Formats: sequence, C-alpha cells, structure tokens
Amino acid sequence: MPTLTGRAWKYGHNVNTDVLFPGKYTYTARGREEIARHALEDLDPRFVQEVQPGDVIVAGRNFGCGSSREQAATCLVYNGVSAVIAESFGRIFYRNAINNGLLAIPCPPAAQAIQPGETVTVDLEHHLIRCAAGEFPFPPLSDTLRGIVEAGGLVAYIRGKVRSNE
Amino acid sequence: MTTISSSPPQTFAQKAIARAGGLDRVEVGQIVDVRPDVVLSHDNTAAIRRIWQQFGQARVAIPERIAITLDHAAPPPTARHARNHAEIRAFVREQGIRHFFEVGRGICHQVLSEEALVLPGQMILGADSHTTHFGWLGAFGAGIGRSEVAALWATGELWLRVPESMRIVLEGELPPGVTAKDFALRIIGDLGADGGLYRSVEFSGSGIAAMGLESRMVLPNMMAEFGVKNAYVPPDEKTYGYLAKRLATRYAIGDREMDRSERDGPSTPRSLLADLKALALFPDPDATYVATHVYRAQELEPYIACPHSVDNVVPLSAVAGTRVDQAFLGTCTNGRLEDIAAAVEVIRGRRVAPGTRFLVIPASSQVLQAGLERGYIQALVEAGAVIGVPGCGPCMGNHMGIPAPGEVTISSANRNFRGRMGTADAAIYLANPAVVAASAVAGRIVDPREVVEG
Repeated sequence: MPTLTGRAWKYGHNVNTDVLFPGKYTYTARGREEIARHALEDLDPRFVQEVQPGDVIVAGRNFGCGSSREQAATCLVYNGVSAVIAESFGRIFYRNAINNGLLAIPCPPAAQAIQPGETVTVDLEHHLIRCAAGEFPFPPLSDTLRGIVEAGGLVAYIRGKVRSNE
Repeated sequence: MTTISSSPPQTFAQKAIARAGGLDRVEVGQIVDVRPDVVLSHDNTAAIRRIWQQFGQARVAIPERIAITLDHAAPPPTARHARNHAEIRAFVREQGIRHFFEVGRGICHQVLSEEALVLPGQMILGADSHTTHFGWLGAFGAGIGRSEVAALWATGELWLRVPESMRIVLEGELPPGVTAKDFALRIIGDLGADGGLYRSVEFSGSGIAAMGLESRMVLPNMMAEFGVKNAYVPPDEKTYGYLAKRLATRYAIGDREMDRSERDGPSTPRSLLADLKALALFPDPDATYVATHVYRAQELEPYIACPHSVDNVVPLSAVAGTRVDQAFLGTCTNGRLEDIAAAVEVIRGRRVAPGTRFLVIPASSQVLQAGLERGYIQALVEAGAVIGVPGCGPCMGNHMGIPAPGEVTISSANRNFRGRMGTADAAIYLANPAVVAASAVAGRIVDPREVVEG
C-alpha cells in the first residue's frame, strides 16, 4: 500500500454527521460534485474552498458520530481527502469510510499532536503516521478491511461474490 | 456420572450474532458474516438502489427480508424529494417488496414495531442510525451504511464484529414526571456521547421491568447517541403480548411469511406466545461485561440536553426560563401515544404561548388514530398546537418545522447537533414530552409542574 501525504485540517471532539453533511441534502443530493459541495458546511465553510487532493482530516474523539448517512464519508472522498486520523470514530462512520475506500485511522497520540495546516504522512506499509511532533504507530487493518480499502470500497470488493440472477 | 457442559457464558450480543451467523457460539472481537432477518431502509432507498445496480443483478437476493418506509421527507416537500419517492416505488414494484409502507404510515422504527416485523432474538440491520431501537423487544438492531444495505440486498450477508458488552441497571421505578428519556439523557450526560462506543448495552433491573413498552422503546433508540452498536431490553410477558396480538392481526390478513418459527396449521394466540418465547435470547448470568452502571430511579430528575451536543446534559432547573420559539413533540424517540398523553395532561385547557409554535407529529398513523379516539388530538388542536403528518417531521431538517436563524426549539427528538433541523444558527434543546408541552405553554423552558399547578 502507498504512502499518503497531505495537509492537516484539524477539528475537535464529537464532529457529527450533521456538520459533515447536513441532513437536509441527504435524500436529494446526487453525484460527486453536488455531494462534495456541502462537505463540512456547518462546521468549516473554508474547507470546500481550500481543500487540496490528498489532504488529511485530524480530529478528536467520536469523529462521525450520529446519522448513518454515507455522504458524511463520501463527501470527504469526493473532495480528495486521503485519510481521517482521529482519537476514535463513530461506528457507522468508520464502516462507511472503509466501505468507500477512505482510510479511517484511530490514533489518539497522532490526533492530539498534529497541528492545523501541517504536512502529515501516513505510511501504510509500516503503519506509521509522521508529523512535526514525531512518528506514531497505528494498528493495522484486519485482512478483510484492508481488502475492502485496497479494492476501492465495499461494492468493488464484493462484486465478485454477487450472483447475477437474470 | 453425567457430564455437565461448561461452555463459557455469553452476552446477548454473542448469542444474537451467533444465531444470525449460523454458529454455535462466537467470541468478542470475532468478525462474523451474518444473515439478518430484516434489512431496513427508508427515503434513502433510491440512493441504495443506485449502488445496488452496480452489481448488475436483475433481482435482489432477499426480497422477503427487505422493509422500506417513506418517512424522512414525507409527504415530499420538493419536486426532487417527490422524484426520490417515485424511484423508490418503482423499485418496490419491480422487486416485489411486500413490506413497503407509504407516506403517512409513520416512522420506520415505530412502523416495523407495530407490524411485528422484527421478533425477539432476531437481527435487523438498517440504513438508519436509530435501528438500535429494536432492542426494546429483545432483538439485535444496528445501523449500517447505504453501501452495506446494497450489499445485503445482493448477497443477504454482511460482516459484523462481536462487540464488548456493558450493563446498565435501573433500580426502582421512575418517579412521577421523570421518564425513560430523562434516564437516557442522564446516562449520555454522565458517560459522554462516546461512552458506549462500539458496545452492546444491556438494560436490566426492576425499573426496566416496571416500564411500559413505549417507555422501553426510548432507551435503545437513544443509545444511538451513546455510540453503541446495539442495545437490549430483555423481553417479558408484556413484550410477547404486544407482538402476539399484532402477529395474529397480520396472519388474519394472510401475511405469514415473516414468522420463522411458524408451524403447520393455524397460529393461535397461545401458540404465538410460545413461539415468541422460544425465539427470545437472554444473556447468561455470568457473562462478561466491560462495565456495569447502576442507577437508582428515585435519584433521577428531568434533564435537558443543551445545544449542540446530546451529552451536554443539565437538570431542567439549570436552563428553566430559556425563551422558546418552537416546541416539537414527535420522532421515533418520543412520538408515541404515551408521549402525546403526557403533553395533553399538561396542555389541556391551556393555550400555546403567543409567539411560540407547538408542533405535534405522531410517530405513526396508528398513534394518530389512537390519539384521535382518545380525544388527545382534539385537546392539542384546541390548545393551539399544529398536527403534522406521521413521519420524522423536522427532526433532520428536511421539512415541516425548520427553525429560523437565531430561533430556539425545544424538542422531544434524539439529536441537537448544529444544523440538525436545517438551520446552523438555531438552538435545539432536547427534553421529555411533558417538558416540551409545558414549554410551549409558557413560551420558555419550564418544569411541567409549574404550568399544571401554577
């Protein structure tokens, strides 16, 4: 697996799905562009204007708590975010991230140490996060989850298992 | 000598996941491919269909296990929402989905409970975070994402990790004016919005046993705000009675397919009760828990979750006097008959305060009908309340009561995140139904006793 490098966008604890992607768009927004446009709308309006492909989101505990809406993860993917590093994740967000090929990395010391705007590198081979404060190891994904991320998401991962039943 | 089998004791989550995975037992941390009994989706079904179409299948693999409600933006507030519903109806027709519930039938968790589509010991996975709700009847309910529902439609299977379990015990009966909602808010306030992260929460104790079913429904529902995977209330005679009555009604109209335990011959109420008891799962007495929290009911009081986080919990008295522009009674958390009854008790013979709106949205058409029969709806309308179409209402900001910037809403819902009701610069306070109704009368957050006795 590759090494990811990007600038850090840093947020606090309990960043919920409503501020990641407001519920009022969840049944009508379609397509990458429209979903991407509303990312973090009620948390940080600067984000969609300034985010660069490869950027990394860094946050505190329980990132993505709240709704099951998958756009909370896909709106980040569609903006080119390469990984989310947090102290912990809401469980459905974590599944949604992995299922869309977005790395969600629980790593409390790195999440605390990384400063806004600094360059962060995620070394997926050695399971290390590198930032100005040093190197922080994180637990490797299980084989299943790694397989899903490497396939680019759940749909691609299980496509081979699905029986056509015309 | 007889050999006594001494397999290690198991939690509810272990037993439920083992059953859904077709295994004898599972261990905490194990990844298990499960085949859930019911797969739930709602207004998000059209988006899930677009994902499922990527599999190139002509027919979903499990049409009989799919349940779909139109509730989150129903009736549709815009042409785009209407088109979304039209796509869902087309899918339902094309795939022969029988468990489909139209606009106005009510909120998915309430409707599937009323229809007895989920039974004790069964598993429901849903593209809705409050699928934890079904723990009220002793089922395993967990929220999942849209891609995962698409995968379930295609294969019938999904992986789950067996969670650690945590026990929450309520000793004694809740005092008057203190509800299951207050208990849930107290737990989340004490332990944090991530206090139950990834865990299975098992409720027990005399306070839970004494609770009516509608109150029990509040607890697993609200545990979504505690970060849990699922939550569980042990089923008892009350639970079996509720489900048996509703199953008997369904069988009378010829729907027999969902009952996995059914035998040849007609089901009688007695055989239904026996079947339900046989399905139920209970944790073993010496199962392993990562934590046990014990609450004494007599020490609890009404609580409020303040903006913009469900764990920002204070006693009601700490925010009494806060101006209220809108009061909202409804949702899968607190939109049932007992919630409406509690509001009526406060508001009957009084008026909604000038400058305040009081919006009441029954959780289902059955709740609305029962409220009409008992005169509750009449009393609410006479007091100046507005009644909405059964469904989710303004809970997640789609329609029917979106606040203006700067406004304050007191709500019986489960979430008060910034922007949740559609406006980032609006404040949402969460409370029990009587407090919501009393605040509508006073135009400020108030203890219901002050309104009733004042």
